[in-house]
Amino acid sequence: MTGVNAVWDFLGRVFGRESGSGKRAKERLRLVLVHDRSSVAPDVLENLKEDLIAVISRYLEIDRDGLEVDLRRSDESVALVANIPVRQVLRTAERTGR
Amino acid sequence: MGRVIVITSGKGGVGKTTTTANVGTALALMGRRVCLVDADIGLRNLDVVMGLENRIVYDLVEVVEGHARLRNALVKDKRVENLALLPAAQTREKDAVTPEQMRALCDELRQEFDYVLIDSPAGIEHGFRNAVAGADEAIVVTSPEVAAVRDADRIIGILEAHDVSEPRLVINRVRPDMVRRGDMMDIDDINEILAIRLLGVVPDDEQIIVATNRGEPVVLNGRNRAAQAYRNIARRIEGEEVPFLSLEDNGFFGRLRSLVGMKRRGPDR
Repeated sequence: MTGVNAVWDFLGRVFGRESGSGKRAKERLRLVLVHDRSSVAPDVLENLKEDLIAVISRYLEIDRDGLEVDLRRSDESVALVANIPVRQVLRTAERTGR
Repeated sequence: MGRVIVITSGKGGVGKTTTTANVGTALALMGRRVCLVDADIGLRNLDVVMGLENRIVYDLVEVVEGHARLRNALVKDKRVENLALLPAAQTREKDAVTPEQMRALCDELRQEFDYVLIDSPAGIEHGFRNAVAGADEAIVVTSPEVAAVRDADRIIGILEAHDVSEPRLVINRVRPDMVRRGDMMDIDDINEILAIRLLGVVPDDEQIIVATNRGEPVVLNGRNRAAQAYRNIARRIEGEEVPFLSLEDNGFFGRLRSLVGMKRRGPDR
């Protein structure tokens, strides 16, 4: 940490604006638990996948076998990433689509 | 019919055994009949924390295997009426007991006691599953550290799968000074992450170590805040509404007050 940063950090703490390592702990826990909970209960992702297929199939014909749904983790966030190959757009989508 | 409550945590060293000893003793001091069960087969600890290690004759495994009568294995605490300990075996393997045997044992104990508190071993393996087998309720103990809270989350998931109804949380070893300067997760942070009912908050207190050195649960004589916190947990288990601790009282003005001799008794935790 540079000197300027250290001073800033100190001032921030004194004036109660910068948060200490406690907030960092909370953020890290929140991220790790998203991952833990989804890997401990894989059926959660499996159910989500089925529900996604059901909804999307109202509009598109999709390739079920090529469908991928997963939680991807980066340093700062967890994202639900879905790769859903589309075979064709159903003609009814024109009428029901918003 | 008594209530069987398992005290568990996942991670070791967060204070399960201390919590079991103190909550059990506090309930007995309130006039309830309490049996403490050490389910940590092979690594027995509750006996030394309670100061009853010299009076053990038989242990849990001998009872379960039919080599000893339950009545003869229970170590009665002489300091508190209606408080007994069923010690773990020290020389046996963890798989010496099955979940079915634990269930039968708990059902026998609940005929005689108002509360059966089971001190679970750390981890999520065989010993933990035994400890949970006969329980109706669970208390999850954690400390305000990432590893402990993460393991508590895992334990809560497993408890739900075991149909142990709504586990309640004890946050142990809270250091108000560190929380105040933002270097420790506070109660709200942990509550938000684990999202289960809060049963108690126990401040880190060196009197706990002193009490353990002596083999006397801190609630027996202690007037410190940890002892008060454990007593409040016992009252909440009994169904009383007891307000939670305010960390502020130990703050700058609290210290100033005690410096100038205006020591105020803090609000109950």
